[in-house]
Amino acid sequence: MTNAPFYQRGLHRFAVILACCVVFLISAGALVTSTGSGLSVPDWPLSYGSLNPPNWWTISTVRAEHGHRLIAGTVAMMTVLLAVWVGVREERRWVRRLAYLAVAAVLTQALLGGLTVLFFLPTPISVSHAALAEIFLCLTVTLALVTSRWWRAAERERPALAGSPELFRAARLTAILVFAQILLGAVMRHSGAGLAIPDFPLVFGGLFPPHLDFGIAVHYAHRLGAVVVTVAIVVTLIRSRRIGAGGAGLRLLGIALAILVAIQISLGGAVVLTGKATLPNTVHVATGATLLATAVLTTLASWRLGGRRDERLPDGVLVPPQRATAQPNTAGGA
Amino acid sequence: MRKYRFWMICVLAVSLFGVACGGGEEAAAPERAAAPEPAPAPAAGSGGITGVITYANGDADTAISMDADPVCVGLNAEGAETQTITGAEGKLANVFVYIKSGLSGSFPVSAEAAVLDQQGCMYAPHVSGVQVGQTVVIRNSDPTLHNVHALPTVNAEFNKGQPFQNMEFEHTFDKSEVMVRFKCDVHPWMSSYMGVVEHPFFAVSADDGSYAIDGVPAGTYTVEAWHETLGTQTMEVTVGDSAVAAASFDFAPAG
Repeated sequence: MTNAPFYQRGLHRFAVILACCVVFLISAGALVTSTGSGLSVPDWPLSYGSLNPPNWWTISTVRAEHGHRLIAGTVAMMTVLLAVWVGVREERRWVRRLAYLAVAAVLTQALLGGLTVLFFLPTPISVSHAALAEIFLCLTVTLALVTSRWWRAAERERPALAGSPELFRAARLTAILVFAQILLGAVMRHSGAGLAIPDFPLVFGGLFPPHLDFGIAVHYAHRLGAVVVTVAIVVTLIRSRRIGAGGAGLRLLGIALAILVAIQISLGGAVVLTGKATLPNTVHVATGATLLATAVLTTLASWRLGGRRDERLPDGVLVPPQRATAQPNTAGGA
Repeated sequence: MRKYRFWMICVLAVSLFGVACGGGEEAAAPERAAAPEPAPAPAAGSGGITGVITYANGDADTAISMDADPVCVGLNAEGAETQTITGAEGKLANVFVYIKSGLSGSFPVSAEAAVLDQQGCMYAPHVSGVQVGQTVVIRNSDPTLHNVHALPTVNAEFNKGQPFQNMEFEHTFDKSEVMVRFKCDVHPWMSSYMGVVEHPFFAVSADDGSYAIDGVPAGTYTVEAWHETLGTQTMEVTVGDSAVAAASFDFAPAG
């Protein structure tokens, strides 16, 4: 294995395609919940006792649920294929383990999807299904990044950009906050609290709800979470603008985060104001997943460019702390 | 190390294959309900309760969009409406009326199966009643697939698929429950309500609002009338030997 090629173009492209497919899969799952189609196929793992239930394509509810299953099956097979590919061609043990972990995640995810159908959509299982979907996305995005030519080159050359530690910390916090915000959103969605606060951007005409029950509390927390995530993304954006030369990609990721969060908040408002219309309700979930993926990419890329000084890289290479200040542009000091 | 990785890859592949090919529930298989237990000596009665359900509030059923399934659109070329506020002028159909309390003893379970059908992408009947332990045959008469999702709160919930026309299965409820809602998650407009009671003294109001409960033993009872959106009303009724008591309900809001 030590003679394996330095950069596997085909492997990397396949990992990128898989990550994109996972976003598509999450969107398809969001369509299922947005249309209330989760129980329109009552059995699992088959659909009406078949892999091809009659007229499934023409019936919108069954199309949503069975289509989600077919996409999930395809993604699961792609994940196994990627794991096999990585297992055979990848010399880095931690990358291989990451690929195997992705397989375990997608299989567990399938099981959770089946259980939530068989037990009539219990909120804890449905929320777990939503949460694991995002974790699985993070795994595939990570695999796509660490198999890229850029990552491998950075691994060998160990560049360290000024400002990357500060950006790394902000991006890491953003990723964590976005994930927590998605979890809150999942609890809200699966407990039917999406319209617990019926107006937007105000809350019952003010800034605070006049009373609290579970639905209102979760919904309000999700709105507050949006504010916190926005602040974190603004900080990440500012720090990405201060990154040293050679950090154009990170600056673009910072801009992408800002644009995505603006779109996401608009979609959240649209969900409320349209009474949970299918389109904004579905795209809101898809944009949330894309936002998380972008935050993870920003975190990993800034880490790779010297974001974690004094810490060992996965392959055991020690990044010298002084490299972070060796670049000409040092405006990013925190 | 190479051998270890090879076996790990094989295990992963086999695991996924197992999940993909695992056997599923036989959605088409009819299930046989347990036969009703032999009933104790029936408490025969010769009386009855009759009445008329009125509702003159002026609101009406609304049109249903069946765009989710082209087959349903085809089956309802002239359109379809909800079955909530049905009935002739000022009369209310689909009200479940039953003796809620006052009965003593036990009553034989009807040997006749109740039928809940899916016709034209609607449940038929929309409201019905059965006894605890009575067989309910649930049938799909439509040339499209349905799922039958029962949402009881006392009995066990179930959700079964009927992908083909003329499929049917049987079910019995173990406990009394007024009402058990059925819905089709494939066609969200489809719903039905079934009252499950221990005795045979129930009826559902017809289009003219009338109902009749026969064979009631003499006694004083609490009769309840249930409607899916208008709630419930109760009335004390005394039934004499071979006499028919009147118990009419008006669901129009007071004032």
